[in-house]
Amino acid sequence: MAGAAGEIGDRAELGGCAPLNVSNEIEGVTVMTSKMVRLTGPALAGACLMLAAGLAPATAADELRIGVIAPMTGPFAQVGTDMTNGFKMYLDQVKSNFGGAPVKLIIEDSQGKPDTAVTKAKKLILEDHVQLLVGGVLAPEGYALAPVSTAEKTVYIASVPAADDLTQRQLGNYPYFIRTGWTSSQPHHPLGQWACEQGYKKIVAIGADYAFGYEVVGGFQKAFEDCGGKIVQKIWPPIGTKDFGPYIPTIKSDADAVFSLMVGPMALQFPKQLRDSGYTKPIVGGGTSYDEAALPFMGDEAIGDVSALQYSAGLQTPQNEAFVKEFRTKYGKVPSYFSETNYTTALMIDDVMKETKGAFPGPDQFVAKMAALKIVAPRGPVSFDDMRNPVQNIYIKKVEKTKMFGYDKDELWNVVIKTYPNVGQFWTYGKDAFLKQPVYSRDFPPCKYCQ
Amino acid sequence: MSPERIKVLVVIAVLVAIALVVPHTTAFVILLATRALAFSILVMSLDILLGFTGLASLGQAAYLGVGAYLTAILATRYHIGTGYDFWLVVALGMLGGAMLAAFFGLLAVRASGVYFLMITLALGQCVWGLAYRWNSLTGGDNGINLEHRPKFGIDLADPVTFFYLVFGFFALSLAIMYTIVHSPFGRSLVGIREREPRMKILGYNTWLHKYIAFVIAGAFGGLSGVLWAHTAGIVSPENVVLTTSVDALLMAVLGGAGTLIGGAIGASVVLFIREYLSTLMHGWQYVLGGVYVLVILYLPGGLMSIPERIRQWRAQPGKSGTAQNLAAAPH
Repeated sequence: MAGAAGEIGDRAELGGCAPLNVSNEIEGVTVMTSKMVRLTGPALAGACLMLAAGLAPATAADELRIGVIAPMTGPFAQVGTDMTNGFKMYLDQVKSNFGGAPVKLIIEDSQGKPDTAVTKAKKLILEDHVQLLVGGVLAPEGYALAPVSTAEKTVYIASVPAADDLTQRQLGNYPYFIRTGWTSSQPHHPLGQWACEQGYKKIVAIGADYAFGYEVVGGFQKAFEDCGGKIVQKIWPPIGTKDFGPYIPTIKSDADAVFSLMVGPMALQFPKQLRDSGYTKPIVGGGTSYDEAALPFMGDEAIGDVSALQYSAGLQTPQNEAFVKEFRTKYGKVPSYFSETNYTTALMIDDVMKETKGAFPGPDQFVAKMAALKIVAPRGPVSFDDMRNPVQNIYIKKVEKTKMFGYDKDELWNVVIKTYPNVGQFWTYGKDAFLKQPVYSRDFPPCKYCQ
Repeated sequence: MSPERIKVLVVIAVLVAIALVVPHTTAFVILLATRALAFSILVMSLDILLGFTGLASLGQAAYLGVGAYLTAILATRYHIGTGYDFWLVVALGMLGGAMLAAFFGLLAVRASGVYFLMITLALGQCVWGLAYRWNSLTGGDNGINLEHRPKFGIDLADPVTFFYLVFGFFALSLAIMYTIVHSPFGRSLVGIREREPRMKILGYNTWLHKYIAFVIAGAFGGLSGVLWAHTAGIVSPENVVLTTSVDALLMAVLGGAGTLIGGAIGASVVLFIREYLSTLMHGWQYVLGGVYVLVILYLPGGLMSIPERIRQWRAQPGKSGTAQNLAAAPH
């Protein structure tokens, strides 16, 4: 009897049926627990074994365990698939071996909800004992996962969530947080500058009504207006809007162009409905309005529209060409930035692990080593600023129907028309000046030229 | 012993077993059990309306939202609720839920059936709209993070301690709600469910009865919200959105409306499939869908009617005879 209880105690330590998390064991609660196990006897052993049967077994010490959180069901399932495919492709390339450490990848479905993302993150940390947490999609997921990483002392790599403040005003709260994607406003500062240089004087902004939309529109507006342009109207359709009928007629006709920020299915509907209404002026779009998660499903009405992001599948470099071709052969779809950023995240993790010869250096060291990396990814050269956000090229890209990379069909591609090299999250404003202003919101920057 | 007493004893035994076994499982199971218990309070509060009063509400998440946002805003802005004043926040959460219900009840309780459903849906969406758009207060879509769980003598950051706290609230809520629905007041609610005009003729102020039930449900919804905020560590409009209300309604029906504890069972089954089974297999949505369909087809009384069903099934050959005998017996 005592022997059996002892065994259960051992299993608990290994994580097969751990009753408590690590911090509790330090406080000596395990001692009490194993006593209670002994008291409650074989019934418990049965229950415990039943539970253990469904769980991951304890893992070897030198294995690197990575938990990826992505929406595999719900409206963002396509994005989740793009993300995990990018990560898996890199693992396949290196045969799941990072600098000598075998990699165990565990994918959990966040269902696109912050609550569920937190629950699944805790499962990955407490049950599977992952050393690295990667992923999340929406900004709220990023905001939800970052505190978990602090509380559980586990590295969290935000490959997609773009909420500005995570690497700006709130970074101090999250010592184990690092971002490999982008901040919402990062590509849109250069885009505002570019739009101004095209001679646009007045632009109407129409964006999805939530924090990501405010930050994208805010970044564009700030740079555009600093250069002399005017945002004359802001329209905020709710996220998920599919019928823009009520919004399109209100667009001011004396503007030179429209700036649109659409996400998910909205991106497919807006250009179509705007063009159908007879609007012929240029459309400039935020990153997610025309990225390759949406572009393959768009029609010819999108041709000529311009957007900005840190990645384009149509980027003409040998490295990207090879990446696109391999991805397309494997998964039957052109990679989107969601795929590229997760592929690159895997590559960066591999680089750190090569440096440490396959030994996980602990969360502090890992974040420090990763932030010191300078690599060339499919998107181009990437390094990090001192707030653990990537410094990278921003591509201004135009939707064109063309043949690319030797594919024999005419397809829609985001053709790069201008590159802003090594763009950081603070653009040309400088870190201190930038951080003094509040985070971009519905009311900031204020719409000075709206009537 | 009366069947009712046996049921109560079984429920108590199961609860004791849960309290003993869960803390020895894995950290993830403890977390899920805590979530299920916290959400169960909301589902049971809805059951007072749905199962006992016959009012199907599609806005119950609003009260969870009030409790949760109140907790988050007080904690992050004013540092209230991080120590012993946690109990104050619990009281305020229940009061907030009750006050919102008292206000919404004025608008909703006049209606019944589909109209009640639609009014509660609309009111629930108003709360969601506020949570989503009142950025300066609620953080909009990003929601509010609760950095720490309260600490007062005991540290609720410890998952087991927190589990016991939520368990305690759950058991207490269940006991209070059970007492309410079995009181004369609760009986009159059932009377209203069965035939409101008759209750009116008997001299009952049915509007007032329904209104009070609505407010009580709101108060427990608020309590559930306070616990939910600390369980998840994040409060976002996702907690208040229509699908959360629909979830609560489906869970109540799945477990068995009009049984209280059925709500807890429904909540546990759904959360288990959605958050535990989904870590083991890909097709969990089909399992969830299958469970709903099978229960609605074969167990219209919900999972709580399973023992009844088994008894019927086992007693069938003999029982049909007794039934005939009874029918034949002189009255």
